[in-house]
Amino acid sequence: MTSETPAALAKAAERPRPALSMSTGRAGDRIFAGLSRGSGLVILAIMAAIAVFLVWKAIPALQDDKANFLTSQEWNPDGAPAKFGIAQLVFGTLMTSVLALVMAVPVAVGIALFITYYAPRRLAGVMAYLVDLLAAVPSIVYGLWGLNFLVTKMTGVSGFLNSYFGWIPLFGGSETGGRTILTAAIVLAIMILPIISAITREVFVQVPHAHVEAALALGATRWEMIRMSVLPFGRSGMVSAAMLGLGRALGETIAVAMVLSTTAGIDWHILKDGGNTFAANIANTFAMSGPTGRSALIASGLVLFVITLLVNVGARAVVARRKEFS
Amino acid sequence: MTSLSTKSSSLSSVSAGRKAKDRAAKVFVYAAFALAIIPLVSVLWTVISNGAKRFDGVFLTHSMNGLASKDAGGGAYHAIIGTLEQVGLTALISVPLGVLTAIYLVEYARGGRLGRTISFFVDVMTGIPSIVSGLFVLAFWLLALGMDFSGFAGALSLTILMLPTVVRATEEMLKLVPGDLKEAAYALGVPRWRTIMFVVLPTALPGIVSGVMLAVARVMGETAPLLLTIFITKAINTDPFSGAQGSLPTFIWDQSTDPNANAVDRAWAGALVLILLIMLLNLAARLVAWLRRPSAR
Repeated sequence: MTSETPAALAKAAERPRPALSMSTGRAGDRIFAGLSRGSGLVILAIMAAIAVFLVWKAIPALQDDKANFLTSQEWNPDGAPAKFGIAQLVFGTLMTSVLALVMAVPVAVGIALFITYYAPRRLAGVMAYLVDLLAAVPSIVYGLWGLNFLVTKMTGVSGFLNSYFGWIPLFGGSETGGRTILTAAIVLAIMILPIISAITREVFVQVPHAHVEAALALGATRWEMIRMSVLPFGRSGMVSAAMLGLGRALGETIAVAMVLSTTAGIDWHILKDGGNTFAANIANTFAMSGPTGRSALIASGLVLFVITLLVNVGARAVVARRKEFS
Repeated sequence: MTSLSTKSSSLSSVSAGRKAKDRAAKVFVYAAFALAIIPLVSVLWTVISNGAKRFDGVFLTHSMNGLASKDAGGGAYHAIIGTLEQVGLTALISVPLGVLTAIYLVEYARGGRLGRTISFFVDVMTGIPSIVSGLFVLAFWLLALGMDFSGFAGALSLTILMLPTVVRATEEMLKLVPGDLKEAAYALGVPRWRTIMFVVLPTALPGIVSGVMLAVARVMGETAPLLLTIFITKAINTDPFSGAQGSLPTFIWDQSTDPNANAVDRAWAGALVLILLIMLLNLAARLVAWLRRPSAR
């Protein structure tokens, strides 16, 4: 990476740029402008390198793959013949992340409303800080907590849900456990809570005072004011916050890797031990992988990268569209 | 707002149904906040109470060299050294790069096409899953260039995660610098780069410093990329440029995947050290921002 800097610098310094037209043309100015421009170009180079090297190093394994990469549920890239596919990983990743999102979004919106419209003014700052602290806890600590504390509690919860709500297909099945997709989703929900609530809060603060006061002047209760003026105004902000949270959840590795007890195959019963995700699979199998195994993991990482990229770009697009309208 | 709404409900013309809905909404938002605080307290409590068991002098000054995971004793000295070196290297690479990029975006690009492209890719970079940054360094540094596992490889992968945070934090701060200051400098005939270096940057410095500290705190807890780039070792390795190196997150990962009680205790103590380091950085960042806030000057 560092080797690209001088080349980028030289290129930037050679050509006069319209952006530099305000420069006095002194050597110091040219060098400084070149340096800052070069740094920006390094970022572009890194992004390009990420795409190029992941694709390049993924190709050998994909060529060796004797199973269908997209539909196979097996992960045995170092076997002879090498057989691996991402179907189970896609399922586990989407299942945990979507469940996490379903749990986190209502709570996060509630927190944002609480801090902007319900909490006493003086305490609101402290309360917002407390929620942000959730984001400061590293994922390995959530993993440790999830594995040693939450899993033991969730064994009972799973059993309860299974015996009373077993008629819901997701909660069905004959076995229940603690190291399940549901537990992983709960840990993920806690981890994405602060980012969703922080972004939602930012949008809620921008709601025009006139809207709020007009609603109240018409005799609305606080809830009716929120429903009529705050929520409609913040809708696109909430959507993009949820999508950014989803992007975070899709790529989360260590906490999920620790909580899930990985088993092969797609299983819709989220109360049963098992499941696997892209990131957890990489973390769990990397140390024992041979050359083909590593290449296969890079291929799966590439798929994860593309999925999160699409989700994130989608979220930004929603924000950008909202800016155009307001 | 708050006072207005309480008055409106005391006008007594509000029907019972609407009142009930209002009450229900209130209960819901209070409950939502409580739901967020419960895991926070639970996590901190379990880490502190379980971590205190092995949070002692031996733990902070000894490595795991020569110890099996079932043995008592041993510590995270090698991991603490590794983490500090890796994070230091990460900051050393990403702070200059990030700050200069932010300067380019705010001072030079001014909404030009290159500026918008860079800005877009900084956003994309923010969304890169941490494990993918590790895979990239694996593909690029270890597989393509044939380098060995090392602390520096870990720092490279952390850089990818830290860079966008530094760029965004610096950008926000640079945008806040009043235009008058810059114009005054230009009017005195100060060259542009000196204006940026000696007028704009010092004004924005406290904000940049606290942003960098928060970014450091964030990458300090990253585990996934390190698993793929520094590998795992029990011995002290003070040279980040050669050979496998320890780090606190991988230490916790290694110890916690062992079902042995002694190992799990060490994992908790490691988590306590990590959380303390991160909280310290967070507090320091808050302190810097608060001490040098505009109204205090």
